[in-house]
Amino acid sequence: MHELSVCLALLEQVQSIAQERGATRVERILLRVGPLSGVEPLLLKSAFPLAAAGTLAESAVLDIEAIPVRVHCSECGAETTARPNRLVCGRCGGFRARVISGEEMLLASLALRVPDQHPSG
Amino acid sequence: MCDSCGCSITGGNPARVVPDGRTVHTEEARAEITLAADLLAKNDHQAMHNREHFERHGVLALNLMSSPGAGKTSLLEATIEALGDELRIAVIEGDLETENDAERIRAHGVPAVQISTGNACHLDAHMVHDALHEIDLDEIDLLFIENVGNLVCPASFDLGQHRNITLLSVPEGDDKPAKYPVMFRAADLVLLAKSDLLPYLTEFSPTRAEQYLRRLATLAPFLEITTRDPEGIDPWIGWLRDQVRDMRAESGQEKTSQASREAPFSGAEGGQGHHLHHRDRRDRTHAYGGE
Repeated sequence: MHELSVCLALLEQVQSIAQERGATRVERILLRVGPLSGVEPLLLKSAFPLAAAGTLAESAVLDIEAIPVRVHCSECGAETTARPNRLVCGRCGGFRARVISGEEMLLASLALRVPDQHPSG
Repeated sequence: MCDSCGCSITGGNPARVVPDGRTVHTEEARAEITLAADLLAKNDHQAMHNREHFERHGVLALNLMSSPGAGKTSLLEATIEALGDELRIAVIEGDLETENDAERIRAHGVPAVQISTGNACHLDAHMVHDALHEIDLDEIDLLFIENVGNLVCPASFDLGQHRNITLLSVPEGDDKPAKYPVMFRAADLVLLAKSDLLPYLTEFSPTRAEQYLRRLATLAPFLEITTRDPEGIDPWIGWLRDQVRDMRAESGQEKTSQASREAPFSGAEGGQGHHLHHRDRRDRTHAYGGE
């Protein structure tokens, strides 16, 4: 499945941000993933240890926040939640609906361990 | 594992091992960084680069996706037969293990580059970029990228194409758009393939298939085709001609003109905001004239 590719791309980004900040390790990674991104959070989680092995994020916790699918209807103006396979307006049933959330596949935040500039001894 | 910070030795312990073996305890701070980075940013960047490359050479790039066995290669063979005298075509083939598909295409006198993906379930923009080194874009008008047969993974990866085409073949059943919404809403055109089988597989309702597609709030055309009848792919050929004509109209140049290479498609550097561009995840609207 492509979740391993996505995970490897994630780790590449995380590793480079952690190195830029001089971090010794990454403690937590927060992702925001919507169902219309085509990525399964559970599969991402199971691919993560494999992708993270040997990186600064090896012992990091991977948290994934699921983003709901929401559509905005340009006919009736309603903003409604939708299902991935039913993206029409939840109020009027119109087809002029635009997905406003649910496509995300984002790295939202990182918690890093950064050594103090002045070691206490 | 890292030798400088001692993380391999101490696990979560913030101790630092220095080269002479002395252990120095340091204070460490926890830093929270808020980001909003697309996980596939690197792929998307490469895809944008591919697209600019196509446009510089006046090439229309089309990404063909479907389940295995839906008829992508047969459709390409029939397309080459129908348009080979009119447009110069090349094909990038994404196949798991064999060169079979590429050989079928080459038998029609068209250049085909095989990307052997091994066990990979999709093509990405970097694979396509590598394959482009083997194609002279100045010598072609139309590039087909035949993706790996899979209705899930290919939908998430922009390759730099201008249009996505998804095939749904009659034996697969009419509810595929409901089962694979990410794939079908990514399509700019959905082809109902093997329509010659409709009289035999009466449980397949083209109307129902299109209803499932419309529930994804997409206006992508839905065209029936069959490669078993000489006129069976006419709607598809018509659609292709329209795309090529639109591209040329927008560039304002014929392919052979040097100016079209230097100032492609209304001269937009980086090509942003151009309607021929693949709508990326953030820009997709699937609205009916909503933009």
